[in-house]
Amino acid sequence: MKPRQRRILPGYSLTLGYTMAVMSLMLFLPLAALILRATSLGPKEFIAAVWTERARAAYTLTIGTSFAAAIIDTIVGLLLAWVLVRYEFPGKRICDSLIDLPFALPTAVAGLVYSNLYVEKGWFGRYLVPLGFQGAYSQTAIVLVLAFIGLPFVVRTVQPVLESLDADIEEAAESLGATRWQTFWRVLIPSLQPALITGFALTFARGLGEYGSVVFVSGNMPFKTEIAAVLVVSRLEEFAYAEATAIALVLLAGSFVMLAAINGLEWWSRRYAA
Amino acid sequence: MQPKPTTHQTAVRRGPPTEPLWVQRFLIGAAVLVLVVLIVVPVLNIFAYALQDGVAAYFKHLTGDPDTWHAIKLTLFVAPIAVVLNVLFGIAAAWLLTRFSFPGRTLLTSLIDLPFAVSPVVAGLMLVLLFGAKGWFGPYLQASNIKIIFATPGLVLATMFVTLPFVARELIPVMQAIGPDEELAAISLGANGWQMFWRVTLPNIKWGLLYGIILCNGRAMGEFGAVYVVSGHIAGQTDTMPLRVEKLFQDFNLPASFAVASLLTLLSLVTVALKVILENWKDENVSE
Amino acid sequence: MSIHIANVTKRFGEFVALDNVSLDVPSGDLLALLGPSGSGKTTLLRIIAGLEHADDGVVRYEGEDVTQKAPKDREVGFVFQHYALFRHMSVFENVAFGLRVRNAPKAEVNARVKELLHLVRLEGLGSRYPAQLSGGQRQRVALARALAVRPRMLLLDEPFGALDAKVRQELRQWLRQLHDEMHVTTVFVTHDQEEAFEVADHVVVMRAGKIEQAGSPQDVFDHPASPFVMDFLGQVNVFHGRLQAGQMHVGNIAVNYPEYTHAESRDATAYIRPHEVELDRLPIDGTSLPVKVLHVNPAGAVTRVKVLSEAFGWSLNVELRPERYAELALRPGDNVFAVPKRVRVFMSDDYAI
Repeated sequence: MKPRQRRILPGYSLTLGYTMAVMSLMLFLPLAALILRATSLGPKEFIAAVWTERARAAYTLTIGTSFAAAIIDTIVGLLLAWVLVRYEFPGKRICDSLIDLPFALPTAVAGLVYSNLYVEKGWFGRYLVPLGFQGAYSQTAIVLVLAFIGLPFVVRTVQPVLESLDADIEEAAESLGATRWQTFWRVLIPSLQPALITGFALTFARGLGEYGSVVFVSGNMPFKTEIAAVLVVSRLEEFAYAEATAIALVLLAGSFVMLAAINGLEWWSRRYAA
Repeated sequence: MQPKPTTHQTAVRRGPPTEPLWVQRFLIGAAVLVLVVLIVVPVLNIFAYALQDGVAAYFKHLTGDPDTWHAIKLTLFVAPIAVVLNVLFGIAAAWLLTRFSFPGRTLLTSLIDLPFAVSPVVAGLMLVLLFGAKGWFGPYLQASNIKIIFATPGLVLATMFVTLPFVARELIPVMQAIGPDEELAAISLGANGWQMFWRVTLPNIKWGLLYGIILCNGRAMGEFGAVYVVSGHIAGQTDTMPLRVEKLFQDFNLPASFAVASLLTLLSLVTVALKVILENWKDENVSE
Repeated sequence: MSIHIANVTKRFGEFVALDNVSLDVPSGDLLALLGPSGSGKTTLLRIIAGLEHADDGVVRYEGEDVTQKAPKDREVGFVFQHYALFRHMSVFENVAFGLRVRNAPKAEVNARVKELLHLVRLEGLGSRYPAQLSGGQRQRVALARALAVRPRMLLLDEPFGALDAKVRQELRQWLRQLHDEMHVTTVFVTHDQEEAFEVADHVVVMRAGKIEQAGSPQDVFDHPASPFVMDFLGQVNVFHGRLQAGQMHVGNIAVNYPEYTHAESRDATAYIRPHEVELDRLPIDGTSLPVKVLHVNPAGAVTRVKVLSEAFGWSLNVELRPERYAELALRPGDNVFAVPKRVRVFMSDDYAI
């Protein structure tokens, strides 16, 4: 029989107790409340609550805009990470610091300013609206602001990987006759792929749950520009707690799937590691 | 008779193969353009609109309106409480998860990240279901005349929920990298738990801790969705700064809304600046 | 294919990595660039490959000036010190890479990769990823990948540096064999003199950005051109003394050095290799030096003996064949006589200590 391991360092019971107490109060209990409340509905009522036409439109919009924003951020994030790691130019350090701003800026502020920039009289809107580009109170507006909110994810996941790549794999490709373009697509992109996918998934997951910024820019028109989180709040404000809870559960399930996917990706991306 | 060591040789070895200059310039230009359009112009826009009626009007928007002034004070009250609570939690959780092995440790580690994945709105709703008038503890709280939802405790809880992982997340990798050896040495030399913590653990994790506090504070002051749901947005009572931004925006009082927003922007610029300074500082201290 | 390097200079900032280096590598040669770290050997190899640009000088392949040619157009096979395998590609895809980027037809790629995996004895491991291979196997994949495109020359940077002693030994002999079968001009970098001497046709010893000596292993070993080479090629006994009128004096010992006949005395250093000292129970002639045995280490292919000359206060490392050791039956404390069979003297001006 394995002897029971004695804990030499102090504080096991104290930290275990405190951590579990906080996690229970902050996490487990609220989660239980949500799940029990939603399941108290009964299957038929639950489906009736979460599968209305308005809710379906909201899910589609939420997923679609988050996906589009994540795609944009993946491309733009790769560009930014590449330029910040590989090239030297004046103002590089400032650019690097700026990347963190979307994380630090309150989402409400982001929403406020993005709606203001793209309306007809806004700094961008005055040029873009006449061209037919509606960057405020539209689905495009949601994509734009979500792209802003999630910008740091891809940059910050790709940057360290790009920094850690050894120059010699690119030299090896070059000496084997690959052009710079071939090296980029065949050697660099596959090496960055796990980081790119993780960054994409993080951006996407963030978009699914985002509320503060979207509520400012979208106009929140049911069936058109109403995302799932906004729908939860408007149900709540109608005191339709059961319905709000049911839709919230769907959102939560979506978050869990994404969290599991991200963890799975991280595990998967380690498969080449020595 | 060793040949002169030439340690700087590797330092000057060139990087990976690179692109033609015009490609580099094009990519740098594109990246800078993206940053300008997505980040720089919006930030300038906030300050431009906040100050459009002049500096006097700007300060009047902030201090003249009692509801706005209350929101500022409330945010400065709620955020530090949430930060302090999260620091305690972060240290306890990091200590537990990096210094002991017990069944369920891996699961607990990944559960700590959960609040990042949960939509703030859903987080707020969960607290309402727990502490609201019709929630689990509602009748009990009402009987004892304790108000959580639509009151300051609810704001603290909601803020704490969304920022829960920040400190722990910074500390866990740091404490993992350091390992328990120094602490074991301290204990073997006769230190008690507090002496070990103050003299060995805390000095080792101070950078990570500070970093976590800065990020946690930035998020705590700016949180909107979760706070929105639990606050009931009662002006002059439960409106925090971000909520005030929204209310003024809904009232078509754009200059005032932007004035509050500019304050929050300033806070986030300070957060980013502190983060950069801290990183440089840490690099210098570590490389010594 | 022959390689001609003429007056190549390379600086990294203040640091001069290569200082006006010229070297010819004959076609089909197997050449070792030998030197301590920082001597410029890797830089020279990378300049040959085009991975580094010379600040000055010319590189020619078979007379063709390739100084400005990009590495991808040079058709060289380069094997990196840490292999630089593409970790997201299988062994097969790693070897196929050079052919794929040239858009070689599928059938040809398959055939060629198979052939190479056979050559490097990795048949059946084609679907593995680099992370699943041992160090020696990774090295062979790197070699197969470099050879797949039928390079005009093979360049290897510290090819066995990261491997453990036994694998290194095996791969050395195998590289030699491979070279004898293929006759592709090969240059490899090493800091291990034993490795260079065992494998190479020619050895180039480098120091501080310059070529100290070039020649066959035998040449370099028997006639070291400088104290540096002497010292770098293995353990050696060093004595400082004065040189005057055709003789070097170390303490009371005099060694003939006819190259220097001036009456003016100057500093000099004498080098004696451990295996070029004879020990005996009785003095053989006037050059025999009474010494005392300090320590004997009979483990290994040679017996290492440390002796002390009590008259002069310096000690000497001696290597004896085991038979000779058995014959002498040396024990610590024994008084014997040492006879240097070969002493090399260098005037100290060429090499400051």
